[in-house]
Amino acid sequence: MSTQVPEQTEEESSADTESQSQSQSAAQQARMQKKRDRAAERDRQKEAEEAEKASSEDDTYLLKVFRYDPEVEGKQKPRFDEFHVPYHQGMTVLDALMYARDEYDSSLTFRHSCRQAVCGSDALFVNGRQRLGCKTQLSDLEEPVRIEPLPHQEVVKDLVVDMEHFYDQMHAVEPYFQTNDLPEGEQLQSRENREKIKMSTRCIWCGACASSCNIAAGDNKYLGPAAINKAYRFTMDEREGEDMKEHRMEILEQEHGVWRCQTQFSCTEVCPKDIPLTEHIQELKREAVKNNLKFW
Amino acid sequence: MHEHDVIVVGAGGAGLRAAIAAQEEGADVAIVSKLHPVRSHTGAAEGGINAALREGDSWEQHAYDTMKGSDYLGDAPAIETLCQDSPEEVIQLEHWGLAFSRDEDGRMSQRPFGGMSFPRTTYAGAETGHQLLHTMYEQLVKRGIQVYDEWYVTRLAVSDEEDPTERDCHGVVAYDIKSGGLDAFHARDGVILATGGPGQVFDHTTNAVANTGDGPAMAYRAGVPLEDMEFIQFHPTTLPSTGVLITEGVRGEGGILYNKDGERFMFEHGYANNDGELASRDVVSRAELTEVNEGRGIEDEYVHLDMRHLGEERIIDRLENIVHLAEDFEGVDPLEQPMPVKPGQHYAMGGIETDENGETCISGLYAAGECACASVHGSNRLGGNALPELTVFGKRAGRHAAGGDLGTAKIETGKRGDWEVGEVDTPVEPGDVSAPGEDVVADGSGGTAASSGGSLSPDEYVQRALDVERERVQSLLEKEEGRQHAEIRADVQKSMTRNVNVFREESGLKQALRDIRDAREKYEDVYVADKSSTFNTDLIQTIETRNVLDLAEAITLGALARDEFRGAHWRRENQERRDEVWLKHTMLSWEDGRPDLWYRPVVLEGENKTYEPKVRSY
Repeated sequence: MSTQVPEQTEEESSADTESQSQSQSAAQQARMQKKRDRAAERDRQKEAEEAEKASSEDDTYLLKVFRYDPEVEGKQKPRFDEFHVPYHQGMTVLDALMYARDEYDSSLTFRHSCRQAVCGSDALFVNGRQRLGCKTQLSDLEEPVRIEPLPHQEVVKDLVVDMEHFYDQMHAVEPYFQTNDLPEGEQLQSRENREKIKMSTRCIWCGACASSCNIAAGDNKYLGPAAINKAYRFTMDEREGEDMKEHRMEILEQEHGVWRCQTQFSCTEVCPKDIPLTEHIQELKREAVKNNLKFW
Repeated sequence: MHEHDVIVVGAGGAGLRAAIAAQEEGADVAIVSKLHPVRSHTGAAEGGINAALREGDSWEQHAYDTMKGSDYLGDAPAIETLCQDSPEEVIQLEHWGLAFSRDEDGRMSQRPFGGMSFPRTTYAGAETGHQLLHTMYEQLVKRGIQVYDEWYVTRLAVSDEEDPTERDCHGVVAYDIKSGGLDAFHARDGVILATGGPGQVFDHTTNAVANTGDGPAMAYRAGVPLEDMEFIQFHPTTLPSTGVLITEGVRGEGGILYNKDGERFMFEHGYANNDGELASRDVVSRAELTEVNEGRGIEDEYVHLDMRHLGEERIIDRLENIVHLAEDFEGVDPLEQPMPVKPGQHYAMGGIETDENGETCISGLYAAGECACASVHGSNRLGGNALPELTVFGKRAGRHAAGGDLGTAKIETGKRGDWEVGEVDTPVEPGDVSAPGEDVVADGSGGTAASSGGSLSPDEYVQRALDVERERVQSLLEKEEGRQHAEIRADVQKSMTRNVNVFREESGLKQALRDIRDAREKYEDVYVADKSSTFNTDLIQTIETRNVLDLAEAITLGALARDEFRGAHWRRENQERRDEVWLKHTMLSWEDGRPDLWYRPVVLEGENKTYEPKVRSY
């Protein structure tokens, strides 16, 4: 199957090799810089908006929220409900949804728990993009704020989607550490190696990436960015031996594995934990190519 | 009816560890959880996991620090077990692949934490809990352990002998959130509660919205005592607008606290002349609030936590997560500015009374993790001691429930042995608005519910619990109008934060009891507006709110009874520790719909030594 390596992948590979040669911390610093720029931009915007708000009397936000309930007559036909939510500084999309639910309509349904971007349960489609409700500031969004369930997933009710398929794909890559020879005490791991897998371990299983991926939408069997990233986390961990690495590569090289990725970067763009998903997938493709060229 | 040997309720760190241990002991085990496991609140833990791993350190030193940190209200057999078992558990997590931060030589890094005499906090950046939760869930997948996720356990199936210590737990009743069906789960060998903390009792908390104290409330109503509920830990560094946690690791790495005048107040105002920012959490929380109350706070609300001098490289290496949290949730870039912080509710030291094997006074009912009180934290938990608690006691509960031999426990549970009657003056009658008789009422009170008038088989007890619960849910859904849970819950949360916070006084505590009474009366009229049987969060939250009420009341009653200052519990009228009277645990038992207060002495005798209470200074 590796004979079908698309041209574009090889180009990507060489580009990636370059970025790979830079140290991980440089890549991280670049991400941090991007974040800082974004924050500065946000500050400027906020100041401008606040000045504008102070002059107008209207300090509510208009939400347009997707509604659907298969059980209740009159709610079986999908629709959008409008909620006017009073704004306070720092208010997030999740805060606004909770306000709408607690004050206006207690049947408004969505998953949420930690409200600090680590439980991964409130991934939503907000103004046309996958985001975590809890870490999305209302002030970063254009009005009306349109809130929908994650696309390409079956809707259970209102903003709640069925995550079963996502979980199945995560489980399909044998997502657990496997090694045959364990020492008595701790295994050693180099700082460099820990650094290499660090970003991949940050996944919170929110499903934003899979929902944003065109390929995953069209191919139900494709492992998808989150599961491949999970496999990356173990494949690249030096504490697992070479045998296991080969076994993991076999899983990843299957027909619906890494080769399905068309490097559109949408997963990387929406990941709320800044995991370089596309980079990880490309790196695994390179590994696969290297493996298949071993007869040389 | 589902049937398993061991049923674990909750899928955070303690629940996952318990399930793995039970399965290793040969049991058919299943987890029932209202969240999918990876959504559990353990994932939000940041700082690290304490274990005496290195030369120069020892479990004995860890135990001494923990006993001192507890302000001598921890039970020595539990603390010693924690400190003895923790190194093995940390190595186990490493063997399961947990990506701990590493030193140059490839060993797991350790860093200093408050109240610890050795840098023994092993960590994975500032996301240790996330790594721990996912690593353990991976092991669950590997072992094929069955998980009923998004199933909300609402009742325990317990037999109804007069004396709780003679009762047996046979299973649980759970509500399938996706389909709206109730079902029974018969546990042949044991039920393990691992439902986490009750942070939602307060409105400024680091806890997840799901942390509503379901386990302790159910166990309490079924006859298990709640222990030391007044001891609520307020974490000194939470973001003011959201309650999001800024790990103690920031101070461990050298972060500094400043007041409005730029003074390093921990030293300059003499709160902790030796340890400064790394004094115990209760000490730092009080220092911060004192600064604010005396007009040296910023915007009369918070203080500053500064880590800029640590340098970008070190911050990114060890505390990167904090940069993102401060930016996303407070709009502050901590590489450029100090972070605003104030104390917020963080952890409940008290909970379901268990012995050091995780067992309660009801046979076959276990608890582990934050919902439990094996009494390892006493009146104040040291940072980095919650994660070893999860693994050590999760594992022990799992093994014991599955029939493993852990030896006889040294800590007694239930009203047995050495206990004394307690008394407290309350401004209003605590407990149910109308004490339940034979009738099933929609608010979930009634504990073991209708008396059987004779003993039933285990299956019949489980079936009876299911019937009772069906009626309760039905009546909540059938009611067409009344009060909504959100209003009731918010009123209680506000009152608790106002009156049962870091600083407490008698009048405030009494006011909180009146507010809770008021909320109970409103709850009599609660109804669920959403009639759907699909993902009905309105119904779930209504049931949770009843649990919040019971726990808020238990916390406040304990706080009112304990007229001394110990650990996290400070009373305006009684500002000293009174060992001659109060070297004892506050216990509350639910009897006929009313809380009954009693006490049990602290166990200070350890394996080879007795811990002598000393003045706690930092």
